[in-house]
Amino acid sequence: MEVPLRTEALELGYGDRQVVKGLTTGIPRGRITMIVGPNACGKSTLLRGLARLLSPSAGAVYLDGRSLGDTPSRQVALRLGILPQGPTAPEGITVTDLVGRGRYPHQGWFRRWTPADDAAVAAAMSATGVLDLAERSIDELSGGQRQRVWLATALAQRTPILLLDEPTTYLDVSHQVEVLDLMADLNTAEGTTVAIVLHDLNLACRYGQHLIAMKDGRIVAEGEPAEVVTEEIVREIFGMECRVIDDPVSGTPLVVPMGRHHVQPGPHVQPGHPVQPVHPVHSVQPSHPVHPGHSVQPGHPVQPPEGEPVDER
Amino acid sequence: MSATEPGATGAGATASATAASATTASATAADVAVVVRVRRRGAGRVWVVSGGLGLAVLAAFLLTMVVGDHAIPLPDLIASLTGHGSKGVDFIVHRLRLPRAVLAVLAGVAFGLSGAIFQRVVRNPLASPDVIGVTSGASVAAVLGITVGGLSGLSLSAAALGGSVLSTAAIYALAWRRGISGYRLALIGVGVAAGLSGVVSYLMTRADIRVATEALLWLTGSLNGRGHQVGPLGLALVVLVPAALALGRTLYGLQLGDDTARGLGLNVERGRIALLLTGVALVGAATAAVGPVAFVAFVSGPIALRLTGGGRPDLLPAGLVGALVVLLSDFAAQHALGGTQLPVGVVTGVVGAPYLLWLLVVSNRTGRGG
Repeated sequence: MEVPLRTEALELGYGDRQVVKGLTTGIPRGRITMIVGPNACGKSTLLRGLARLLSPSAGAVYLDGRSLGDTPSRQVALRLGILPQGPTAPEGITVTDLVGRGRYPHQGWFRRWTPADDAAVAAAMSATGVLDLAERSIDELSGGQRQRVWLATALAQRTPILLLDEPTTYLDVSHQVEVLDLMADLNTAEGTTVAIVLHDLNLACRYGQHLIAMKDGRIVAEGEPAEVVTEEIVREIFGMECRVIDDPVSGTPLVVPMGRHHVQPGPHVQPGHPVQPVHPVHSVQPSHPVHPGHSVQPGHPVQPPEGEPVDER
Repeated sequence: MSATEPGATGAGATASATAASATTASATAADVAVVVRVRRRGAGRVWVVSGGLGLAVLAAFLLTMVVGDHAIPLPDLIASLTGHGSKGVDFIVHRLRLPRAVLAVLAGVAFGLSGAIFQRVVRNPLASPDVIGVTSGASVAAVLGITVGGLSGLSLSAAALGGSVLSTAAIYALAWRRGISGYRLALIGVGVAAGLSGVVSYLMTRADIRVATEALLWLTGSLNGRGHQVGPLGLALVVLVPAALALGRTLYGLQLGDDTARGLGLNVERGRIALLLTGVALVGAATAAVGPVAFVAFVSGPIALRLTGGGRPDLLPAGLVGALVVLLSDFAAQHALGGTQLPVGVVTGVVGAPYLLWLLVVSNRTGRGG
């Protein structure tokens, strides 16, 4: 497996507080990698380190075999794009102007705007569906539209590697899926290597071909979603009981969290586990037994699990 | 990013339906045409505004040249400027009005550029050098020079320049905490400005009354009898203005926040320091020449932004607005009150102070702090 972006004994932190503790891992080429884990596990910090937004306190990040610290920042920007969390735009900037800023690393003191830049901006805006908003000011847009504009800015950079830090935050579920669909399109059409920090485990399993699961600044498991997302590992990472079933739409693992109020006695609960069913009336009773690996029959009505969606937010 | 949803979600949904089918590799000619049209319109507006401002500066320049106790008709002025004037007109033009008008333009450009640089690097309209204590540093050094050192002329200018550099370094160092946050820099700057103005007051109370009057005039900022400053300031601007306009390119990245700017391959810290140094040198040179003319740096950037619209970081319009503000303010200072002549700083202060109050009120209300 080719790994264009990898870390070696990487340690990252803010001041004295160490957040990422000696990670050696890699982002495989041409795939979508999802970095998951509970709040404050260091997943966003890892992504910031991979994108040289944060310098390592020890260890190193290698892009195409060369340490990021030794590579001119502009050279990195031609190969690696990052959409950070909560980016800020100047007041009144038009969508086209903002997306055009993604072309910055392709320009220089003497190489100014060219038709190739226009073409890249137009392609990025058309792919994200923001061409209709071309003349609008960014302040007038909805959260979903704004996020698409920022994605377009990252796409306009035209890098073979794209890193996204929680790109679906503040978006409703349809816009979340839309953003991830777009990344899947990009990955399929151009073979772009994508790494995304994502909160939603189920969407991570569905869209990611490679998962990195973190806890306390360390990697607990990495690999294909089906290998990584098991009831044991979810319990270890999130400290939460859950059931893992097949996603009826994609066949990937689907995590159904339990919580104290919906504990179903059965083989999935560890013997001796202290959790008691408080309100057994509320327990989820699937209309048919769900077995791991059980595939959904065509035409068979799928019973959605009760309660809140699995998104932990 | 706010999660407000103006009634445009329907359009978003239809746009997204087409998104899946589009590939990211190429765009149709029509798509490219849309981008080119919008981009040209934005850039075109900057050029139109800059051209208009340039003409306005020229008009104001001519106005200050022809109007006065001895009105000079335009043909006589042009004759004098091209070396064919009468002796009397030549004296008024070349000795009195021309140096003053040129100095107004030079100082205005320097103040305007410097203010816009600070406000855009720090991403806060309050962070102009005359609000966050950069010019206060120049004031302390100059007042110290006048009252204690007995400085005047170029040595006084050098002291003022040195003072602004020192106070900026102090503000930057105090605001540094594993990086620079714009809000912290602005707040610390306002604090430093308050402290330094206290030092100025103290120095004034200790000074001999005649020396204090001289220092007070310097502190107000005046173009009167400063013709000898045209040379040094002009020389400084020959270097600094092109540097500012060239370095302004990095604002395209810096405007988007440190993380995005780094992602775009910008050396954020180096770019920011280079721009701020240029801004300090500009405001220091102008302050050294004409004194800390109040609020010109502060208002020029926002006025230019209003005119150009959108989030473009172009600096040239701000410099031209600065020149226009100083020219018109000096004209008002000379002629508005009949026989009484005021220092230009009084007029700019009268105009700028309400804007500062308004900005404080508005940014407090929206909770953005600018």
